[in-house]
Amino acid sequence: MLDLRSLTVAYNGEDILKDVSLHITKGEILAVIGPNGAGKSTLVRTVSGVIPPKRGQVWVDGINMVSVTPIQRARYLAVVPQARQLPAAFTVRQTVLLGRTPYLGWLGRTSRADEAQVDRALEHTRLTGLAERRVGELSGGEQQRVLLARALAQDTPVLLLDEPTTHLDLEHQSNFLNLLQTLVSQKGLAVLVVLHDLNLAGLYADRVALLVEGRVHSTGKPEAVLTSANLSAIYHVPVSVVSHPDYGTPLVLPDGRSKSGQKVN
Amino acid sequence: MPANTIRPYLLLFALLALALLLSVAVGAVFIPPGVVARMLASLLPGASIVADWPESFAAIVFQIRLPHTALIALTGAALGGSGAVYQGVFRNPLADPYLIGVASGAGLGAVLGLALQWPGQWAGLYLVPVAAFIGALLTISIVYYLARVGRSVPTTTLILAGVAVSAFATSLSSFLMLRSNEELRRAFSWLLGGAIMGGWPPVVAMLPYIVLGLTALVLSGHTLNVLQFGEEQAQQLGIPVERTKLLLILAASLTTAAAVAFSGIIGFIGLIVPHLVRFTWGPDYRRLVPLSIIAGSSALLLADILARIILAPQALPVGIVTAMAGAPFFLWILRRAKDQAYW
Repeated sequence: MLDLRSLTVAYNGEDILKDVSLHITKGEILAVIGPNGAGKSTLVRTVSGVIPPKRGQVWVDGINMVSVTPIQRARYLAVVPQARQLPAAFTVRQTVLLGRTPYLGWLGRTSRADEAQVDRALEHTRLTGLAERRVGELSGGEQQRVLLARALAQDTPVLLLDEPTTHLDLEHQSNFLNLLQTLVSQKGLAVLVVLHDLNLAGLYADRVALLVEGRVHSTGKPEAVLTSANLSAIYHVPVSVVSHPDYGTPLVLPDGRSKSGQKVN
Repeated sequence: MPANTIRPYLLLFALLALALLLSVAVGAVFIPPGVVARMLASLLPGASIVADWPESFAAIVFQIRLPHTALIALTGAALGGSGAVYQGVFRNPLADPYLIGVASGAGLGAVLGLALQWPGQWAGLYLVPVAAFIGALLTISIVYYLARVGRSVPTTTLILAGVAVSAFATSLSSFLMLRSNEELRRAFSWLLGGAIMGGWPPVVAMLPYIVLGLTALVLSGHTLNVLQFGEEQAQQLGIPVERTKLLLILAASLTTAAAVAFSGIIGFIGLIVPHLVRFTWGPDYRRLVPLSIIAGSSALLLADILARIILAPQALPVGIVTAMAGAPFFLWILRRAKDQAYW
């Protein structure tokens, strides 16, 4: 479904992404993790066409996204950005309707079919009751769902999410990712999600790609990538990994104590 | 869509009709609005209205007041619409054709055009807006270049650059006018928003540019909504951002330039009107732009009526009235720029 081939991205003459190749199939969630500055957000911006790559291709359904127009690209790839600084006065419905942009003519007229798509997206994200509320009045978790609904209204086979849970509390983090997981299996979407939280990646992703200094360090099942050896070396702190008592997924425990058992600082 | 979609249009069209009627009625000779309405109705094909009004009324209405009213109405529509679009493109609540220097730049272009004394009444008349358009585009390019910080255009730098470039353009216009002949010196009052000439020719000359520009602006409502989410999200939603912004700025500047070319530099309508519309009916540009056009037209007509009443029988340039009302409003918006709950 989504196929990244040898993506290299340069910014100010310096390579930020180096030869990144990843493949995501229908109904699969790939979590991209890695330390700050590894190039995670750059990856989302490149795949979504904001930054042109220096080399490499982004294929969706046999079409190279690097060489198409923004409007064509927006029919294949939808992005869920972080819900920060959204225009506060727009209503939820007005915001979600913008997801139909790639299908509207140059007059920007919406049809009944567009409205129906918006209704479905609101339903899927449990926002129907909030449709006429202003975005600025909503909680962070609700705002993030509005952006997910907008991406669903875009009706694309691929979703890209850039740290959608970073500013949410525990409850909204798991609500959001549960919702995402349900939608992915219902609709057979291919999802690339950048996550900061390694445990959420372990719990929700089908596969994990560990990005380090712009390169794919390792990729595979969460338990194969989220290993004590990998993480300790990359994050420069001792890390233990245990198995989740219920799901058997890897749980990452940063080892903040020194050898003598004293807490460091 | 909420059920009240049609209501704001009805309300504003009623206000516009009232303002149009009053504008034709008020002046040195007061003509009762009822008579004005019948006189206008008598123009309609198939109307059987007996002309029971004095002969002099017909000359006043059809040759003086009606063209003046049409000029003011078109100018107000142009300023309201382009103000709303500048605010949307720059995502900046203080962007206004006057404050960002476009109006002064258009003014300089128009003065240059007039100073070159283009041959032929009619050809010259149609080319004045073109000269104003070139002036407007030059100014907006310079202001945008000066004001841009990284990928955004902050309020402070936009207004500072606008004021500085505007002052420069205005001084050049004044210089050109002072050293030229009597005819152009008349243009001083035009600089303050006094119509440069009476009668129908300026209305006819400005009409095609304004219709073209405003049509483009009204059609861009959805695109402007998308742009409010920032350039990156706009592109991810399928908008070719750079090209779109350029087209919108071109259309708004063409509209402003056509208005300035014949009505002079009139400030604050493009600022106040979109704000009041946004405050009352929300930020959806699909409505905001057309409503700002209708409201801008009414607002400038009302300001112009005041301008004709205050020192009657002498008429003030309407720009003085709009600045008197607009400057305090500008300060009020500046104060609440931090609190943008309705933006």
